[in-house]
Amino acid sequence: MPENGRHGASIELENLTKRYPGNTQPAVDNVSMEIKAGEVVIFVGPSGCGKSTTLKMINRLIEPTGGRIRINGEDVTDIDPVKLRRKVGYAIQSAGLFPHMTVAQNIALVPRMIGWPKGRIASRVEELLDLVGLDPGEFHGRYPRQLSGGQQQRVGVARALAADPPVLLMDEPFGAVDPITRDHLQDELIRLQHELHKTIVFVTHDFDEAIKLGDRIAVLRERSHIAQFDTPEAILTNPADDFVSGFVGAGAALKRLNLTRVRDVEVTDYPTVTVDDPLQEIFNRLRSSGTNEILLLDKRGRPYKWLRRGDLMWARGSLARAGTLVHDTVTRDATLRDALEAVLIDNAGRVAVTGRRGEYTGVVDMETLMNSVHELLEADRLEALEAQHELEEARADRTHAEQEGIGGEAKA
Amino acid sequence: MSFWEYLGNRHQQLLTDAYQHASAVLQCMVVATLLGVLIGVATYRSDLAGSLATTTTSTILTIPSLAMIGLLIPIVGLGVPPTVIALTLYGLLPIVRNAIVGLRGVDPSLVDAARGIGMSRPAQLLKVELPLAWPPILTGIRVSTQMLMGIAAIAAYASGPGLGNVIFRGLASLGSANALNQVLAGTLGIIVLALLFDAAYVLLGRLTIPRGIRA
Repeated sequence: MPENGRHGASIELENLTKRYPGNTQPAVDNVSMEIKAGEVVIFVGPSGCGKSTTLKMINRLIEPTGGRIRINGEDVTDIDPVKLRRKVGYAIQSAGLFPHMTVAQNIALVPRMIGWPKGRIASRVEELLDLVGLDPGEFHGRYPRQLSGGQQQRVGVARALAADPPVLLMDEPFGAVDPITRDHLQDELIRLQHELHKTIVFVTHDFDEAIKLGDRIAVLRERSHIAQFDTPEAILTNPADDFVSGFVGAGAALKRLNLTRVRDVEVTDYPTVTVDDPLQEIFNRLRSSGTNEILLLDKRGRPYKWLRRGDLMWARGSLARAGTLVHDTVTRDATLRDALEAVLIDNAGRVAVTGRRGEYTGVVDMETLMNSVHELLEADRLEALEAQHELEEARADRTHAEQEGIGGEAKA
Repeated sequence: MSFWEYLGNRHQQLLTDAYQHASAVLQCMVVATLLGVLIGVATYRSDLAGSLATTTTSTILTIPSLAMIGLLIPIVGLGVPPTVIALTLYGLLPIVRNAIVGLRGVDPSLVDAARGIGMSRPAQLLKVELPLAWPPILTGIRVSTQMLMGIAAIAAYASGPGLGNVIFRGLASLGSANALNQVLAGTLGIIVLALLFDAAYVLLGRLTIPRGIRA
C-alpha cells in the first residue's frame, strides 16, 4: 500500500543507549530498530524494562547517551529538541491536559507555537474535536476537570495531532481509564489510524492491547533488549523464547481469534426465505434444502427468525408464532472471537453474519470456526518458520562478517 | 475631645497618612513579589538552593522590625529608604516559600507533557508552571501584605511615612488630651487598610486565577 507512507515518517533507531550516572548497567542498552512509515509499532514489556525510556528518547525528552535517531532519514540526534518535539506528537497517560486552559486552548498550543494564523488554528481545533468524536460546540470551552477520563484522553490525542505531525508517540495513553472506555479508545485509535496513516509508537504493558493495535510488536525485556519484533500473528504462533511466550500468556490460540475478522473466513450459505414468501414456498424450500432449518428474513433482508421443520406444524401455518427469534448477529467486521462468543451462546451453535445495513450475508457455525482457526494457525506457523529461517541466515551472515572484521575495525 | 470629634478635626491629616501607608505597603509588595517569584523560580528546582532561599528569608523575618529599621538608619539614612528596604525584605519570606512550594507542586506529568509537545523552557515556566503555581503565590502575597501593614507602622521610628506617625505621636504624649485618640485612630486605620487590601486580593484572585483551577 504505497499511500500508507503519505503522512507517516520512518523512524530508525541505531544502537540507542541510555546510561544514568551512578548505574553500572545502562537503562537502555544498544537498541536498534527500523519502524516503517505509517506503521503502528507497540513496545510491550514488564514494568521497568526501559520501554518508556526508549520511547522518550525518540523525541529526546530523555537525551540518549549513545546511538542515533533518524526520522524520515534525517538525523535528529543533535537538532534542537524543541523543534524536534513540535514535529512529533506526544500523548501520555491520563492525557496531561493543562487544567488552567480550556479544551480548545490545550489543542491550539502547538499550532500557536509554530505560528499558524488564528483562523486556521480555530478551524483546526474544530476539525480535531470532530475527529476524536467530541462535539466541538459542546467541548470547545470546557476545562479538563469538567471532562471524564476517556474524554480527556481524546483531547490529549487531539492535542498530539494538532499540527499534523508525521509521527505520534503514545506512552501508555490508555493506562488510567476503565476497561470499557479503554476498549472504546482503542477502537477509535484504529479508526483514526485508518484515516491518518501516522507512524505511531505506542508503549503499553498490556499484551492484549498490543495485539489489538499493533502492526508490529516489539517485546522488550530488561534494558530494553528486543526479545522479539514481529507481527502479532507471528508472536502469538511462534514466540521467540520462553520470555516471550511467558509474556504472551495462556490462550494464544484464543488471542489469535482477535486478529482475524469474519470477512476473512468463508461463511456458509444458508437457505433463506423472506416474510413475504407464501407459506407453500417456505415448505418447499425447507424440504429441498436438506437442512433442518431455514432462516427467515424480514422485509429489508435482515435475519428475523430461525424456522425448523416442526415449528411450522406447530404454528399451524402462521409465521407470527413459528420459529425462534434471531437474538444475536455479528457483522463482517467482527473478530472471530466475537463470532465464537456468539456461537457458544447460541443454543444451536450458529450465528448469522450481517452486512453494513444489517442485511443477511451468511452464517458462521462451530465447524467453520474450527476449520478457519486450524488453517490460520497452520499458515502462521509456516510463515513464522520461514521468517525464523531468514533471520537465522541473516544472523549467521552478520556473525560471519563480525568475526572477519574483528581485527580491522575498532568497535564504537 | 471625643474620638469622633478627633476624627472630624484631623481627617485630612489622617487620610494623608493612611494614603501614604497604603502606598508604601503596595509599592514594597510589588517589589517583594517580583523579587520573591524570581528567587522562587531560580531556586525551586534544586533542593539545596530552595532550602537556602527559605532559610535566609525566614532568618530575616526573625529580626525584630524595630531593630532592623534601627540598623538600617546609619547605613541608608532616615525617611523612605530604610522603610522600603525593611518592608521589602520582610515581605519576601511568604512569597518565596509559597512560590517554591507552588512551583514544586506542579504535577510532573504536566511538565513532561509541556516539554513533550515542544515548549521551550521559558514557555513551560510562563504558560504552565507559573499559572498553576499562581494560587499559592497569591496566598503568599496576601499573608505578606497583612504582615507589612503592621510592620509599616514601625517605619515611623525612622521618620518613614504612614499611620505609624500618628501612633508614635500618641505614645510619646501619653496622658495628654489626644494621646489615646491618636493611637486608636492609627491602629484602627491600619486594620481598615488591611481589610481593604484583603478584599482587593480576593477580587484579584477572581480575575487572575483561571476558572479551570479555581477551588
